[in-house]
Amino acid sequence: MKRELTCIVCPKGCQLTVELEGKEIISISGHTCKRGEDYARTECTAPMRTVTTTAAIIGGGVVPVKTDRVIPKELMFECMKEINKARVSPDAKLGDVVVENVLGTGANVVTTRNAKI
Amino acid sequence: MKSVDLVIVGGGPAGMSAAVAAYDAGIKDILILERDKSLGGILRQCIHNGFGLHRFKEELTGPEYAYRYEIQVKERNIPFKTETMVLDISEDKVVTAMNSTDGMFQIKAKAIILAMGCRERPKGALNIAGTRPAGIFTAGTAQKFVNMDGYMPGKKVVILGSGDIGLIMARRMTLEGAEVKAVCELMPYSGGLARNIEQCLNDFGIPLMLSHTVVEIHGKERVEGVTIAKVDDRRRPIPETKQYIECDTLLLSCGLLPENELTRAAGISIDRITSGAVVDENRQTDIEGVFACGNVLHVHDLVDYVSEESDIAGKAAARYIKGENAAALPCTVELETDGRVRYTVPQRIVGKEDVTVYFRVADVFRDIKITVRDGERVIISKKKQKVAPGEMETVKITKDMLASLEGNKLTFSIE
Ligand SMILES: Cc1cc2nc3c(=O)[nH]c(=O)nc-3n(C[C@H](O)[C@H](O)[C@H](O)COP(=O)(O)OP(=O)(O)OC[C@H]3O[C@@H](n4cnc5c(N)ncnc54)[C@H](O)[C@@H]3O)c2cc1C
Repeated sequence: MKRELTCIVCPKGCQLTVELEGKEIISISGHTCKRGEDYARTECTAPMRTVTTTAAIIGGGVVPVKTDRVIPKELMFECMKEINKARVSPDAKLGDVVVENVLGTGANVVTTRNAKI
Repeated sequence: MKSVDLVIVGGGPAGMSAAVAAYDAGIKDILILERDKSLGGILRQCIHNGFGLHRFKEELTGPEYAYRYEIQVKERNIPFKTETMVLDISEDKVVTAMNSTDGMFQIKAKAIILAMGCRERPKGALNIAGTRPAGIFTAGTAQKFVNMDGYMPGKKVVILGSGDIGLIMARRMTLEGAEVKAVCELMPYSGGLARNIEQCLNDFGIPLMLSHTVVEIHGKERVEGVTIAKVDDRRRPIPETKQYIECDTLLLSCGLLPENELTRAAGISIDRITSGAVVDENRQTDIEGVFACGNVLHVHDLVDYVSEESDIAGKAAARYIKGENAAALPCTVELETDGRVRYTVPQRIVGKEDVTVYFRVADVFRDIKITVRDGERVIISKKKQKVAPGEMETVKITKDMLASLEGNKLTFSIE
């Protein structure tokens, strides 16, 4: 079986073709870098995504946050729920951890700017 | 009147990069004027990741990317004024600005860098029939509501236009619990990046309806639904294909437009296609000592390129102030396009060094050659599998090519 993918690693958006036999990858083509090849592999076995959203600051307002590494794609909405429960200190600095090891994925949710502007 | 070596209008990524580059090239007397509350520009609301892969070799979110530059500005103690609006720039480089502490003030600058960015095209809503209830926003306004103010503008959403901001907002609102019913695109292709169609629409099963448009908006106080229809190859709606979609929000993502009121008022020539100033490879406009970079010059989809371009402008402004590239050099080479290549930046080359030329194409073309000609002579022919209007292309004109030119025109075409 052949799977056509659009690589999301960078804005180039290479068109990838993965040839599969059952779950086994026979060949990958169309990528222009190593990261593209890795993407094709995980995308066909266990797709992963970074989640970016905002978290509430205690006392009002929101601060942007992200998972500091990719998490399984099917956990995106669960991850949103965890982040929506969190409350961030108004003194939080860029990179502070908001949720540790979210859903046991090994990824931390961290702020992407200082809470105070 | 107070005088400053270099005034930079706009404190987004373009203004900050240009300031840092000029400072590092020896110009310390700089002032950045920014109308918003803080430095950072539009990136402050672009909380998704994907920025900086070129520049920092890592994937950053918009606020993180902006912060890297904010730190560089602050480390160098480059002066800036926020909540300060530039009102006018004159041909002899007097900048008029206003804020609540200084009131209205004027500064005489040796050089000016224009870095005002762009705003969203409000069109798209204008010629849709029906009512004008609450619930219609540009995608960028919705982005600001959700990401900066923490406020969701609606629950059931239709997006008109498939520019990147629209695609990003489709995912953003879905993650926040809204139902995005469709993204309609008038053209037979999307103006957004392929990766965004994949990760913002396909990941969530949001349909991208190409060659479709919104023909009517329904609702009295609040949007209750829209009627969409397929369009024919002359972009006219086909009545038999009309369908009603219930929604409470319509987002418009119909592209960006450089914000060039100040540029026009100063009498600087504007390129009809880019809606930005006409510049040479130093990003100098046709007023000597006035430079432009970033989205005010032409719409970039990648902030990495914005920084690259702003570096060039910052360094060139520094050379100009130090008298190193004395008066505007005589224009040597004009860059022309065949229409399939829509525009180039720069539009002319005045020097003798290597120049990277950025350009966009007018349509999706497959298995083509990007060709650059000096008269009849082909000097560059670059094979490409696919080019699309949504993705900026580059070619490099080397100094050897420039040295051996026979004419004073280079023509860019797709063949
Ligand atoms: C709504 C929106 C969303 C975007 N989302 C993305 C995205 O997701 N990914 C991406 O790569 N790119 C995105 N872009 C493109 C993005 O704008 C560029 O990548 C980059 O931010 C451009 O930098 P800039 O400095 O040229 O412009 P901007 O970031 O727009 O900065 C211009 C600055 O100039 C200031 N200014 C303007 N006029 C004046 C004046 N008269 N006086 C004083 N200050 C003034 C503005 O307040 C602003 O801070 C988006 C653009 C918009 C408009």
